[in-house]
Amino acid sequence: MIRFENVSKTFEGQSKAALLNVNVEIEKGEFVFLVGTSGSGKSTFLRLVLREHRTSKGHIMVAGKDLNRLASWRIPQMRRQIGTVFQDFRLLPNKTVAENVAFALQVIGKPRAHIRKTVPEVLELVGLDGKEDRLPDELSGGEQQRVAIARAFVNRPMILIADEPTGNLDPGTSVGIMKLLDRINRTGTTVVMATHDVSIVDQMRKRVIELENGHVVRDESRGVYGYQH
Amino acid sequence: MRLNYILSDLGIGLKRNLSMTIAVVVTIWVSLSLFGSALLAREQVELMKGNWYDKIQISIFLCTKDSGGRGCSGAEVSQEQKNRIRQVIESSPDTAPDGVFGESKKEAFDQFKKLYKDSPIVSTVTEDQMQESFRVKLKDPQRYQNLVSAVAGLPGVDTVQDLRQYLDPLFKALNGLQVGALVAAGLLLVAALMQISNTIRLAAYARRREIGIMRLVGASNFYIQLPFLLEAVLAALIGALLACGTLWVGVYFVVMQRAQETFRVWQWVGATETFRATVIMVVVGLILAVVPTFLTTRKYLKV
Repeated sequence: MIRFENVSKTFEGQSKAALLNVNVEIEKGEFVFLVGTSGSGKSTFLRLVLREHRTSKGHIMVAGKDLNRLASWRIPQMRRQIGTVFQDFRLLPNKTVAENVAFALQVIGKPRAHIRKTVPEVLELVGLDGKEDRLPDELSGGEQQRVAIARAFVNRPMILIADEPTGNLDPGTSVGIMKLLDRINRTGTTVVMATHDVSIVDQMRKRVIELENGHVVRDESRGVYGYQH
Repeated sequence: MRLNYILSDLGIGLKRNLSMTIAVVVTIWVSLSLFGSALLAREQVELMKGNWYDKIQISIFLCTKDSGGRGCSGAEVSQEQKNRIRQVIESSPDTAPDGVFGESKKEAFDQFKKLYKDSPIVSTVTEDQMQESFRVKLKDPQRYQNLVSAVAGLPGVDTVQDLRQYLDPLFKALNGLQVGALVAAGLLLVAALMQISNTIRLAAYARRREIGIMRLVGASNFYIQLPFLLEAVLAALIGALLACGTLWVGVYFVVMQRAQETFRVWQWVGATETFRATVIMVVVGLILAVVPTFLTTRKYLKV
C-alpha cells in the first residue's frame, strides 16, 4: 500500500537530511506505529506520503502509484484515498460537528444525498451520535479528535494517517481514540500513526517503525516503544 | 461542484473583505472610466480626421471687392482668372482625380445659413459678402505644400487655407489628452491589479484553515480557487459596470447635450462608439480580475 524505496529528503536551505535512505513497505490493512524523538523524521515521512513535498531521492509508491511521477493536478485525487488526523484536530470552529464532517465531502463534490446518508453513519461509528449540532469548542478534546477522525474516514480512504492523534489527550481518552483507530483498521483501512505515547504502543502490540536522525533504526512486527541504547 | 456552498463562501468572503473589495471596485471604476474616455477620445479624433481629411483638403478663396489678398486688385475675380486657377489646380500632380470643387457664393451662403441657423449673425450677412472658392482634394493629404505655393499669388486668389494647418494642432492636443488619459488609466489599472492580488492574499490568509483542510481531503485546485475567482470577478464587474455608467453619463451630458448642439458641423461619438468602448472596458475589467487571481492563488494555494 505504501512503499519507500531509498527515500531521502533534504529540505531547502538545510544541510542535514530529514530522511536518509529509508526503505519501508507497508501492506494493505496493516497498523503501523511510527516512533522516534522529535526531529527524527516522523512528520517528514507522513508529509511525503501525502505528497506535500517531493522526495529528494528515491521513490514512494502509494496504492501502486509513484508519487514523483504524479502530475500535480492529480494530487487532490490521490489525497482522497488518504484520511489524515492531527494532534491539534484542525476542526473549523464556526461549523458544527456534522458540518465539519460534511465539509470534507462537499469540497470534493459529493452529492448532497450521499452526504446526508454518510455523515450520520460515520458519526455513529466514532461514537458522536447525538452531538451533531455542537460546535467544536463545546466538546472535550477526545470528542474533538473523534470528529477529526470521522472527517478523515467519512470518504472511506484506503489509508489513514495520524500524526500524534493522542498528543493532546489524557491517557483514558487516548485509549478510547486508539480503540476507534483499531476499529477503523479492522475495516481494512491501512493505519499509519506517528506517536510518542509509550503505553499505547506497548499495549497495542502492532508493527513499530522507529526513526532516528532520518534513518530507520528498527522495524518490528509486534514491537514495543521501549528501545535499548 | 455544489453551487450553494460556493455562493455562501462568496458571501462570507465579500463580507470579510468589504473594505478591500470596495477599494478594488473604486479603483477599477475610476481606471476603467479613464480608459473608456481615452478610447472614446480616440474614436472622436478618428471621426474628425475622417470628416475633414476625406473631404476637402485645401480651400482657395477667391477675391471679392473687399478682399485684400496678394492676388486681388480690389475687384471681383474674373471668369478668366477662375479658369486659369482651375487649370493650375487640375494640372497639379497632387490633386486627386475629380478633386476640384468650386463653391459659388450662393452655395457658400446656404452653408453659412445652415451652420449658424440659430445665430443672429445670419441676418446681418448677405449672399454678396460670401467668397467664392475652390475646394481641392489631394491624392495624399500629407502633401499639400506644393499646391499651396503654386496657387497662392495667382491673380484672383485671395487666400489659400489648408485645413490641416488649423486641424493639426487640435488633433495633436486631442492626441496628447488621449495619451495622458491612457497613461493615467494604465497606472490605475496596475494599482488595481496589485490591489486585487493583495486582497486575495489577505483572503487566502483569512481562510487558511478551510483551505488547509480542503487540500488535505483532496479538493481540486479549481474548487479552492473558485471562491477567490468569483470574488474578484464580482468586484471587477461592479467596477466595470459603474465605469460604463459613468461613460454613458459623460457622453450623454458632454457630447450629446452640449458638444453636438454647439458644434453641429462635426461628427461626434455617439451610442455606437460608446457601446463599443463599454464592451472593451468590461472585457479589460474581467481580464484584470481573472489573471491576477489565478497568479496569486497559484502562489498562495500551492498544493
